Parts: sequence; structure tokens; C-alpha cells
Amino acid sequence: MPPTDTTSPADPLPERAADGTPGKPPTRVPCGIKFEKVVKRFGDNVVLDHLNFEVAAGERVTLIGPSGSGKTTILRLLMTLEHPDGGIIRVGDDPLWHMERGGKLVKANERHLHEMRKRIGMVFQQFNLFPNMNVLRNLTEGPVHVLGLGKDEAVERARGLLDMIGLADKEDAHPTQLSGGQQQRVAIARALAMEPTVLLLDEVTSALDPELVVGVQDLLRDIAANTDVTMLCVTHEMGFAKDISNRVLMFDQGRIVEEGTPEAIFEDPEEDRTREFLSAILAT
Amino acid sequence: MNWDWHYSGQVIPDLLDGLRVTIIATIFGYLIALVLGLVWALLRRSPSRVLNQAVRWVTEFIRSTPLLVQLFFIFYVLPAWGVTLGALTAGIVGLGVHYSTYTAEVYRAGIDDVPRGQWEASRALNLPRRRVWFAVILPQAVRRIIPTLGNYLIALFKDTPFLLGITVVELLGSAYDAGAHSLKYLEPITVAGLFFIAVSVVSSLALRRLEHRYATN
Ligand SMILES: Nc1ncnc2c1ncn2[C@@H]1O[C@H](COP(=O)(O)OP(=O)(O)OP(=O)(O)O)[C@@H](O)[C@H]1O
Ligand SMILES: [Mg+2]
Repeated sequence: MPPTDTTSPADPLPERAADGTPGKPPTRVPCGIKFEKVVKRFGDNVVLDHLNFEVAAGERVTLIGPSGSGKTTILRLLMTLEHPDGGIIRVGDDPLWHMERGGKLVKANERHLHEMRKRIGMVFQQFNLFPNMNVLRNLTEGPVHVLGLGKDEAVERARGLLDMIGLADKEDAHPTQLSGGQQQRVAIARALAMEPTVLLLDEVTSALDPELVVGVQDLLRDIAANTDVTMLCVTHEMGFAKDISNRVLMFDQGRIVEEGTPEAIFEDPEEDRTREFLSAILAT
Repeated sequence: MNWDWHYSGQVIPDLLDGLRVTIIATIFGYLIALVLGLVWALLRRSPSRVLNQAVRWVTEFIRSTPLLVQLFFIFYVLPAWGVTLGALTAGIVGLGVHYSTYTAEVYRAGIDDVPRGQWEASRALNLPRRRVWFAVILPQAVRRIIPTLGNYLIALFKDTPFLLGITVVELLGSAYDAGAHSLKYLEPITVAGLFFIAVSVVSSLALRRLEHRYATN
């Protein structure tokens, strides 16, 4: 049984819900995220040890913390690139890695994962555009082959996004012909073309030359200001984090050591660990 | 022993017939090698351990036994089990299956070379398995391995004389027949050799161009 959405408010884009077969989750309902006692191990290395946290639908949360504290792992678990060793992850009320069978939660099958993934999009540090496709096809591939959009509709959607990211004239270019900043903007557009309700951003500007960072950040500010997408963002750029996020979670060794508004965390942290971490990144 | 130009001219039509057979065997054998090799490579990545280990052993076995033994097996042994193939067909199947175990390794290396980020982006976009393979991974993998695959085309071509062993009159066979007929071997065998060189050189040049084209865009 694919996940059903029982408690979500009215679909903001009703025309997308109309195509739903019964039980298919309406993809545009804003989704929150909930980690319940999530455990993740790599061999003997316990990266997340019964981690709990919650992100409300439409909230923008920034994850910070020293290298190896588990930030990427959290995003990868959400994108189903890694599987948890324990606990429950919920995305919009439905368990991501489990499905309900006779009142009990059992391991999800590929079909359930496929339905759940429609709610989630991710942008990677290294862009990961498809180098064998031009920009336009990078943007239409998912809408056509996953969402079942007609070719024309997918192209129209892609062009709209290219307009938004200021690369309308690059639709025929191949990714290698673009600068890093342009590639990353295309990667963001590619994720948005799937109309995810949760957007995961893992240090999306850290592979860019300094002068290209601003363009990508401006785009994300725009998205934060004009959409209702739930954002989970790993970044060490404090100014940027302040602009886009409602809340900052400071991680250390897979645990949240402190959380609060960006102002509170960056200007007046309570924990020594946070203070040390912030002064360390300011020093670089 | 003197070179007889007139005689050389006389044997050329027969040799061209042989060359035609050689080329047919090469092209169809290679097509089988390309397709079957891909099948092996994909099965090797199957989540079923039994399946991928079985494929591993079968391809390993085929690769480490001589082509001629396999041709004999297909042509002389299989009929006992009710599978009778014409000589040329048996030869094509033999060459194709034998070389598929090499192309399988080439595909495998090419697939392994595609960065992990491509798999992850495909997963993040939720692409169905078929699209991941045929729209994302294989186009990138194949591009990188075209030169190596091309080398196996030439290697396969140079192995076609083994088909003599199962009565196929290919290029070398036609030269031998002509020589046996007139008891003058020098001209037909030499001309056959020149034909082999000519085809090899032409296909190498074609491959070089193909390689160049894929390297530049
Ligand atoms: N595929 C993997 N195999 C083994 N260990 C891994 C793997 N991925 C992550 N780890 C380990 O998990 C821990 C958390 O890694 P993670 O990448 O989530 O940290 P991070 O907070 O994103 O760090 P950074 O700021 O350096 O990106 C680290 O100790 C890391 O070595
Ligand atoms: Mg990381």
C-alpha cells in the first residue's frame, strides 16, 4: 500500500491532486520531517545515536556542526541514499523507510520509497548534473519519466525555471560548458522541476569559486522567500543561513547540542561547543 | 619462387568471396559480443548473489578456454543435443559468445567509472531503474569505453580464421583452397594477408575518428 496522507491541509495546487490514483500522496502538500530515535552506523562508527528532531512543514532549518558530525548523513537518509539502522523517519506524517502493514511498521518496499521520494529533492555539493544531456533535458528527464508530464508541459516548466535562474539562453548547453555557479543553479532548477515539498541542500556553494557563490545564494534566498518548500540546509555561511532559515541546529557527534533562531545561535550561543565551532569557522 | 601477377589477379575474386564471409562473421559476431556482453555486465550487477556469481563463473570459464574448442563444441557437439547450426552461424555464435566475455569486462569497467554522484542524482530525481541505466549510466559508460570496445572489434576480426576449423570458407580458407587447387600458395596467402591488413588499417582509422569525436564533446 502506498502511503496515504490523512492529516494534511488542502492541496495548494489542486490540479496536481486530481491526477492521483487513490492512496497516491498529493505531492504538493507541504511536508514536515520527523526523526524518531534514528540510529545510523557505518561499521562500528555510530554516527547517529537515537537522534530526535522535528521540522515543521514549510520551515527552513540550517544544520551546522564540525566535520563528521553527521549533517550529510541526515540529508542522505532523507534522500534514501543511506538506510537507517534504527528508528523512524517521517516525511509529512508517513514513515519514509517503513510502511504500515496490519497496524505494524514493516520495511518499505521500492514502490513505497518511490512514492515517498516524490516529496523530496536534493541539491549536491558537486552538482551532479547529467553530463550526457543538455540543460533542458536535465530539467525535463524527471518530470517526463517520473511525474508523467507530457513533453511540452515538461519543456514549458523547464523554461520557466531557466528563466527564474537567469539561464534562459543556456537550454542547449551541456553542463560542462557552464561555470560551477551556473551548473549549481541548473541543479537547483532540476530539483525544483520535480516540485518537491522538502528540499535538501548539502553545502551547495562550497565547491564554487568565491565570486560564484552569491548568484547561487541569491537564488536560494528567492526560493525561500517565494515558495512554501520545507528546507533543510547544511551551510557554514552564517549570513546566508540567517537570511533563509527560521532555525539553526548545531550538531556534534550526531547529537544536537544547541538549537535556536539564527540570531540566537550565531550572536549569542549558550553552549561552549557552539562557540568553539563558530570561532573556528570565522577564523577560516 | 617467383611472384605470378597473372595468377594473383585470378585468385582475387575467390578471395573477395572469402573476405565477404569474414566480414559477415566479424560484424554479426561483434554485434552478439556487444549485446551479450552488456547483458553479462548488467547481470553481474544484479542484487541476486547467486545470479551474479553464476554469471561470473560462466564468463570466466568461456574466457579462459580457447576459441577453437568453443567453435568445435558448438559445431560438432551441440548437434548431438539437437542443436544444429550451419557452419557460418556456428562461427558467428562462437565468436560472439567468446568475445562477449571480454566486452562484459569492458562494460563493467566503464560502468564502475561513472561517478557515484550520477547514481545518487538519479535516485534523488527518483528515476526508474530503466531510465537510470539507459539514459544516465550507460551513455556515460559507453562513451569512455569506445576505444577499448573498438580494439576488440579488430581482435575479433583477426580471430575469424579459426572458423576454418569448422569448415567455414572465410578469407584465409578461400586462399588456402585456391592454393590447394593450383598448388601455388604464395600469391593467394599473401594477398589474403594484405586484405587482412587493409581491413585492419581502415577500421583502426575509423575507430580513431570515432574515438576523437567522442573525446571532444
Ligand atoms: N559511506 C560511508 N562509509 C563509512 N563512514 C561514513 C560514510 N559516510 C559517512 N561516514 C562517517 O559518518 C560520519 C558523519 O559523516 P557526515 O558526512 O554525515 O558528516 P558531516 O557532518 O556532513 O561532515 P562534513 O562537514 O565534513 O561534511 C563521519 O564519521 C564519516 O566518516
Ligand atoms: Mg557533509
